[in-house]
Amino acid sequence: MAELKGWRDLPIGGIVLGGTAQALNKTGSWRAERPIWHEEKCIQCLQCWLHCPDDSVLIRGGKVTGIDYEHCKGCGVCAAVCPKDAIEMVSERGAECARP
Amino acid sequence: MRKAITGHKAVAEAMRQIEPDVVAVYPITPQSEIAEYYAEYVHDGLVRTELIPVESEHSALSACVGAAAAGGRVMTATASQGLALMVEVLYIAAGLRLPIVMALANRSLSAPINIHCDHSDAYLARDSGAVQIFAESAQEAYDYTLMAQRLAEDMRVRLPVIVNLDGFTLTHSVQVVDVLSDEVARNFVGEFKPIYPLLDVERPVTWGPFAMPDYYFELKRAQQAAIEAVPAVFLEIQREFSRICGRDYHGFFEAYRLDDADYVMVVLGSTAGTAKVAVDELRAQGMKVGLLKPWLWRPFPIREVAEALSRAKAVAVLDRAISFGTMGALYEDIATALYPSPRRPVLVNYVYGLGGRDTAVLDLVKVFQELPTIKATEPVLRYIGLRE
Repeated sequence: MAELKGWRDLPIGGIVLGGTAQALNKTGSWRAERPIWHEEKCIQCLQCWLHCPDDSVLIRGGKVTGIDYEHCKGCGVCAAVCPKDAIEMVSERGAECARP
Repeated sequence: MRKAITGHKAVAEAMRQIEPDVVAVYPITPQSEIAEYYAEYVHDGLVRTELIPVESEHSALSACVGAAAAGGRVMTATASQGLALMVEVLYIAAGLRLPIVMALANRSLSAPINIHCDHSDAYLARDSGAVQIFAESAQEAYDYTLMAQRLAEDMRVRLPVIVNLDGFTLTHSVQVVDVLSDEVARNFVGEFKPIYPLLDVERPVTWGPFAMPDYYFELKRAQQAAIEAVPAVFLEIQREFSRICGRDYHGFFEAYRLDDADYVMVVLGSTAGTAKVAVDELRAQGMKVGLLKPWLWRPFPIREVAEALSRAKAVAVLDRAISFGTMGALYEDIATALYPSPRRPVLVNYVYGLGGRDTAVLDLVKVFQELPTIKATEPVLRYIGLRE
């Protein structure tokens, strides 16, 4: 945990500067279910990337390359919107946990 | 230019001159005319404001919060139940330090439903973190709307500001108002400088994040510092505005025949005008009476009020709302101010004017006349013009 700041040193209105929330808060530990992306079923429609509320669908060159397990909270929206069932939700219980 | 206009028109004229980027508003009696006037200005092309006719006051202030975070200059107006619906979002606007300026056409709260003036809506937002200013006249409502914009947007403050004007008494009564030229008013208000605008996609920020017990307290302390910065900025803005308008605004309250007064009345809003007549009548009879009319109610100018009242023998504090189960909110402010003072006048609380009940000069004369007879050994709460 970084050293806590005093009240004089906080940004106005408690805003969070770009990128800092993602770097400091590894929300992947909240996850109960993990999305597994099956590349062979994926048609690269990017619906999962568009709908992910946590920017956790990794993308390179305009194509999905995987899931950011350090930040994915396991909400399952990606699996729900996928038209090809290319994303599967599996329980974290018993699976290898991606806790940072 | 001197014009015969209502308080609503005076506020709408100030808003036209300020020309905010966004006005999100929902109509409610007695505020509706402000929205109507402003819609006309938009329709007639007098302003380039995006007017958002929303589906409720909760949405009105929510749209204002979004627009202000996006980097816009934003205004709204409401009254009574509308303010009640806004209060959830008002705390957010203050916590996010968004400089939204709002006219509040003071009206009672239900039940029973009533459309007339009292200050229970303003009192509901007392602890919201919004700055609150009270106007005595349409002129003051116009002047303080312009000053409120500067105050809200000052980099040392950045808070929502409410300008209170008594429903119907001020909003619908025609008074003579000296309206500045558009150029002078616009130069006074100046350019709006956004902080971390959401629309600046090159520099992304998160507005309204979660704060755990390790940071919430510090953020609230920082918000307290912002509202504590208001008095000094308020005086600066009054000085500058007085120079351009030729009217004399100095201080957090108007002190009317107060200097040598033995018996003093403290009252917010338009009833101060009635109180001035009562003061003049009693002065003519030789009774040393005076009036303290707060312009700035939140933050409350504790030290200055204590200094101004400590020479009095007795003070009548008039609240136009009941704070159920305890003394009136303004009374409590005055008691808080005077408690550390070595000279504490007798303090009497009067609740008056609820739901638009008329308060006449004679009612206030009677208050002054009974003040010398009250020996307060415990808090005294009385009611003006109430049938037993």
